[in-house]
Amino acid sequence: MSPDWDWLARNTGMILRLLGLHVVLSVLPVLIGLVLAIPIGYLVSRCGPLANAILAVWGIIYAIPSLALFVAMPSILGTKILDPVNVVAALAVYALALLVRSVVDGLRSVPAEVKQSATALGYGSTRRLLRVELPLAMPVIFAGLRVVTVSTISLVTVGALIGLGALGDLLTYGFNSAFYTPVLTGIVLVVVLALVADAVILLLQRGLLPWSKGVRTA
Amino acid sequence: MNLFSFLENAQNWTTASGAIPYRLGEHLFYTVVSVAIAAVIGIPLGILVGHTGRGNFVIIGFTNAARAIPTLGFVILMVLLLSSGAVPVLIVLAVLALPPILTATAAGVAGADSNAVHAARALGMTPGQVISKVEWPLALPLVLSGVRSATLQVVATATVAAYASAGGLGRFIVDGLASQDYPQMFAGALLVALLAIVLDILLGAVVAGLRRRARPTSDRRVAVEVSAAA
Repeated sequence: MSPDWDWLARNTGMILRLLGLHVVLSVLPVLIGLVLAIPIGYLVSRCGPLANAILAVWGIIYAIPSLALFVAMPSILGTKILDPVNVVAALAVYALALLVRSVVDGLRSVPAEVKQSATALGYGSTRRLLRVELPLAMPVIFAGLRVVTVSTISLVTVGALIGLGALGDLLTYGFNSAFYTPVLTGIVLVVVLALVADAVILLLQRGLLPWSKGVRTA
Repeated sequence: MNLFSFLENAQNWTTASGAIPYRLGEHLFYTVVSVAIAAVIGIPLGILVGHTGRGNFVIIGFTNAARAIPTLGFVILMVLLLSSGAVPVLIVLAVLALPPILTATAAGVAGADSNAVHAARALGMTPGQVISKVEWPLALPLVLSGVRSATLQVVATATVAAYASAGGLGRFIVDGLASQDYPQMFAGALLVALLAIVLDILLGAVVAGLRRRARPTSDRRVAVEVSAAA
C-alpha cells in the first residue's frame, strides 16, 4: 500500500484547502470553549461543596458521542444539517465540558495564603481574581487546553459523516473509493496538525506564563 | 416532522435483526469485548510499569498519540486492510480503550501508599505478594475509573465504526443520514447518548462504592495480610 504520489500531486490544492478549513473548524470551538469556560468555571468554583456535584453532572456532557451530538445539533440550534455551525457548536460543547473542570481545578490550585496576602494588600475580589488567581490558575488551564485542542482536531474528522469534516472528507472519500492514499493523507495530516497545535500552545504558555514551568499535563 | 416517529414505531422494537434491541446488543457486544481485550493487555502492563517505575514515557507517548489519531481514519484504514465485519472494529476499539486503562493502572499501582508497600516489603513479602496483596487492592478504584473512561470512549467510537459497515447503534445514524431519514438519525443519536450516560452512571457508582470502601477495608486487609505474612 504505497501512496499514490501522482494523486497527491494532482490534489495538493484541494488538500491544502481542506487543511485550512480543518484549522478554522478546530480553532473556533476551542476559543469559544475557553472564553465561556473561564466565567463558568469561576462561578462553579464559588459554589463551595456543590461544585463537585456540578462538575460530575457537567462531565456527563462528555459522555455524549460526537456523531450523536453532530446529528442532534440542527434540531437544537434550528440550523441546516450541512451548516458548519453544527460542527463548531458541537465541538465547542465538548471543549467547554473539559475546560470548565480545568478552570475549577486551576482556581483551586491557588494556595489560600496567596489569596489572603492579596486581600491583605488591598486587592478587591475582582482585581484579586484577574491579577492573582487567574494568572496562577493558567498553567492548569493550559494543560486542559492542550488536551482539548488535540482531541478537537481529531474529532473534526467525524464531521465528514454529516458532510463537513475538512480533512475527514479525505477519509470518507478514500473509503468510498477503496483508495488508501487519501485515507493515509488524512490521518497523517490530522496527527501532524495536532502535534503542531500542541507545540504552539506549549510555546505560547512558555512565553506568556514564564511562572508555569514544571506544571505537567495530567 | 415528528422526531420521535422512529422510536415510537413498534416495528423497530421487535427482536428482528436490525431492530433497536438487536443494534443495542451489537453495540454492547463491541463495547464489552474490546474493553475486555484492552483490560487483559493493559492491566498487567500497567502493573509492570507502575511497580517498576520504568516505561512511563512510553505510556505517555502512546496516550498522546492515541488522542491525536482520528478514530474515523483508523477504522476506515483497518476495514480497507482487513475487510469489513467485527474483527477490524474490535481491533480499533481495543486499541482506543488501551491508553486509559494502562495509564490508570500504572498511576494507581505507582501511587499505592508507600508506607503500606514498605511495610509489606519489610515483612518479607515477595514482589508478587506486594503486588497482589498491597498495590493491586489499593490501585483498584483508579483502575476501574480507567475502565470507565475507556468504556465511554468505546461507546462513542463504536458509533463512528458503523460508517465502515459495522453494526451497532451508529447504523441508525449512518443509514438515516444516507436516506435523509431524520427521525431514524435522531433515534440513533439519542439511544447512543443514553447508553453512554447510563453506562457512565453505572460505572461511576461502582467506582464511588469501591472508593468509599477502599480506605477502611483495604487498610484493614493490608494489615491482616501483613500480619499473616509475618
